[in-house]
Amino acid sequence: MNALRRLLQLAATLFAASLLIFLAMQVLPGDPAEVLLGMNADPVAIAALRTEMGLDRPLPVQFASWLGGVLTGDFGLSATYDVPVTDLMLERAVVTVPLAIMGVALSLGIALPVGLIAAIRRGKGADRAAMGLALFGLSVPNMWLGLMLIYVFAVVLGLAPAGGFPGWDSGVGRAFGALIMPAIALAVPQAAILTRIVRTSVVEAMDEDYVTLARAKGRRLGPAVLYHALPNAWAPILTIVGLQFGFLVSGAVVIETVFSLPGLGRLLFQAVNQRDLMVVAGVVLVLVATVVIVNALCDGLAAWINPRQRTAATA
Amino acid sequence: MALRVLFTFFLSIAAIVSAQAQTVDRPLVIGMGLEPPHLDPTAGAAAAIDEILYANVLEGLTRITEDGSVAPALATDWDISDDGLTVVFHLREGVTFHDGAPFDAEVAKFALDRARAEGAENAQPQLFTAIDTVEATDPTTLTLTLKEPDGDLVYSLGWGDAVMVHPDSAEANKQTPIGTGPFRFERWRRGDRVVLVRNDDYWGEPAKLPRVEFAFITDPAVALASLLAGDVQAYPSFPAPESLPVLEADQRFTVAIGTTEGETIMAINAARPPFDDVRVRRALSNAIDRNALVEGAMYGTATPIGSHFPPHAKAYVDLTDVYPYDPDKARALLEEAGVSDLKTTLTLPPTQYARRSGEIIAAQLRAVGIEAELIPVEWAEWLSRVFRGKDYDLTIVAHTEPNDINIYARPDYYFHVENARLDEIIASLAVEADPDKRTPLLEEAQRLITEDAVNVFLFQLPKNGVWDKRLHGLWTNSPIQANDVTGVYWTE
Repeated sequence: MNALRRLLQLAATLFAASLLIFLAMQVLPGDPAEVLLGMNADPVAIAALRTEMGLDRPLPVQFASWLGGVLTGDFGLSATYDVPVTDLMLERAVVTVPLAIMGVALSLGIALPVGLIAAIRRGKGADRAAMGLALFGLSVPNMWLGLMLIYVFAVVLGLAPAGGFPGWDSGVGRAFGALIMPAIALAVPQAAILTRIVRTSVVEAMDEDYVTLARAKGRRLGPAVLYHALPNAWAPILTIVGLQFGFLVSGAVVIETVFSLPGLGRLLFQAVNQRDLMVVAGVVLVLVATVVIVNALCDGLAAWINPRQRTAATA
Repeated sequence: MALRVLFTFFLSIAAIVSAQAQTVDRPLVIGMGLEPPHLDPTAGAAAAIDEILYANVLEGLTRITEDGSVAPALATDWDISDDGLTVVFHLREGVTFHDGAPFDAEVAKFALDRARAEGAENAQPQLFTAIDTVEATDPTTLTLTLKEPDGDLVYSLGWGDAVMVHPDSAEANKQTPIGTGPFRFERWRRGDRVVLVRNDDYWGEPAKLPRVEFAFITDPAVALASLLAGDVQAYPSFPAPESLPVLEADQRFTVAIGTTEGETIMAINAARPPFDDVRVRRALSNAIDRNALVEGAMYGTATPIGSHFPPHAKAYVDLTDVYPYDPDKARALLEEAGVSDLKTTLTLPPTQYARRSGEIIAAQLRAVGIEAELIPVEWAEWLSRVFRGKDYDLTIVAHTEPNDINIYARPDYYFHVENARLDEIIASLAVEADPDKRTPLLEEAQRLITEDAVNVFLFQLPKNGVWDKRLHGLWTNSPIQANDVTGVYWTE
């Protein structure tokens, strides 16, 4: 029952998002035929190209035919590139999906241990150092961080390329190598936020009576935190991770530009500039779907971890 | 001693061998700021298309060389009849496309007819307007009959928009361009790079580079990093002029500031009062300090202009002193025209030169009592609202097409000031092929548009080239939008 409601919500969100995109692109001045043919073009040629692109049809017709295509897995044809949008997105997803996963993993990998240590050593030197670092990570724009990483590792040390993506066919190692710096630039601000959330949630849980009881029964601090405080701190952490995923996706637009990565973010940015409606609509739809699904998964996971919510959900 | 001689001998042999190995093996990675939407120069206005394919992969009947002159390409020579109405091109024999298809007069006829067809997807239809019919007289002879003489025709056919394409492959050129050039297209990883490899069956002198990659790097700071890190070895148009002094000081790089055909202007909408008054337009010209603009917005790399004509051209007249920087004069002219407290808008497309110039110009206009609100727009919006919709007061843009002074005679253009004498000159230039007769006409045209102060003429857009010192043969100037790498080679 719950799952069905979730699914309906997802469908409604996706429908609303695509409708918004179609309307927004309509309001934006400029059209892809003009952009493609430029300043000297013959108006007849522009009109012909608009017809070829299907832009002369009324908006509801365009929207309906696009929606019909999407339901059968066909995202239409890119006006500028003249190739199926599905192919364009698949080409780009092999960069953005690993990048986003690496970003989440790195963010969690940094935030969990640092946040836990800060919580356990509350008020001590380690805590202050961790919170100082978190403040730094939070204040640094990821674009600047990306440029600094490029400068240090590509220009000064010569350890990594200054951007670009060699493709998975050039070897998994090289491809991963090209994604490490962007993933770090993407993850650091998120890790900073998450560290503070982890610390706060664990600290709150540590003040609960059941942790005091565990300690009174003779459990040492470490195990008390790990087995009693942390499980109760998971729910807020997971909710934030889900929300952060959305920021990660929008951050990818910037980071992919900085690192010259051929990902979905950069495709979206170029498509907006070229007024390539089909590509914009397709990419946004996929991104919205991913964010909504990841959030639902995080919520589900948080509920599953908490036995009370588990029973509340089924009841 | 003998040992030492022997040692030196072996060392020099090793050096020669390795030097030879390097010249043969080393590919070139060229950095570009913008990625082309597709790869067919006959079906798009984006400069990035030509900057990858022109002369390298796709060739025309004629071609434009580095000094801006016309040279034979797939046509070895041509005859123009005395009345100027018939042009006969003699085509090169034994030329094949990269897929093996032969090139002949039938193919040439197809390519030209395709480009000039009514409603064809060509971005420069004005190149072909004079052509009436195209006939393949025999396999190596192509006869063009014209509606009226066209002094520019042989030059026009050297543009990227007029390159030769084969009927069997033309439709797929957007994704996999097939031409007759010294490089063949290998692959395009969208969002990352286009790769060309040497065509070993080329009809002419083969290319020296085995492989050329055009990598798309948008961020100026990253462009600098990629150059310093050695990932990219050449930027024909380096996007960060502020970093040029750093690169000039670096022994590893050549910095070559060249010219382009891009006249950067502040266009004025003379259809809107008070800009219909020539005194107001002259006031705008007097209010703007071009030298400050060149220093502040272009880091000293651009050349100020006084009319719509490139300073490196033969017929150029220096008119930069007609409206010297004189705020008092500007204020006086405005007062004379009865204009006070003028509030206007200055629309800025997303290019760096426009955004940077806009801020300086707004400050300079404020000094003479004109309040210009800056409106940044995307390129698509500029094209639709400013260029086609003529919905603007002032805007900054570079007109990058060569030989484009004729746009001042287009009555429905986004900027226009009626001038009967100018229309006459442009009409005679269209049919006049004799350089000696063209020069005085071009000079008069420049003077007329300056006198009318049709636009504020700012500066000629520079081509800031930066590349590895061991690299030779890249173009310094840009007489046409192209990165011709056919003659490029490495030393060491």
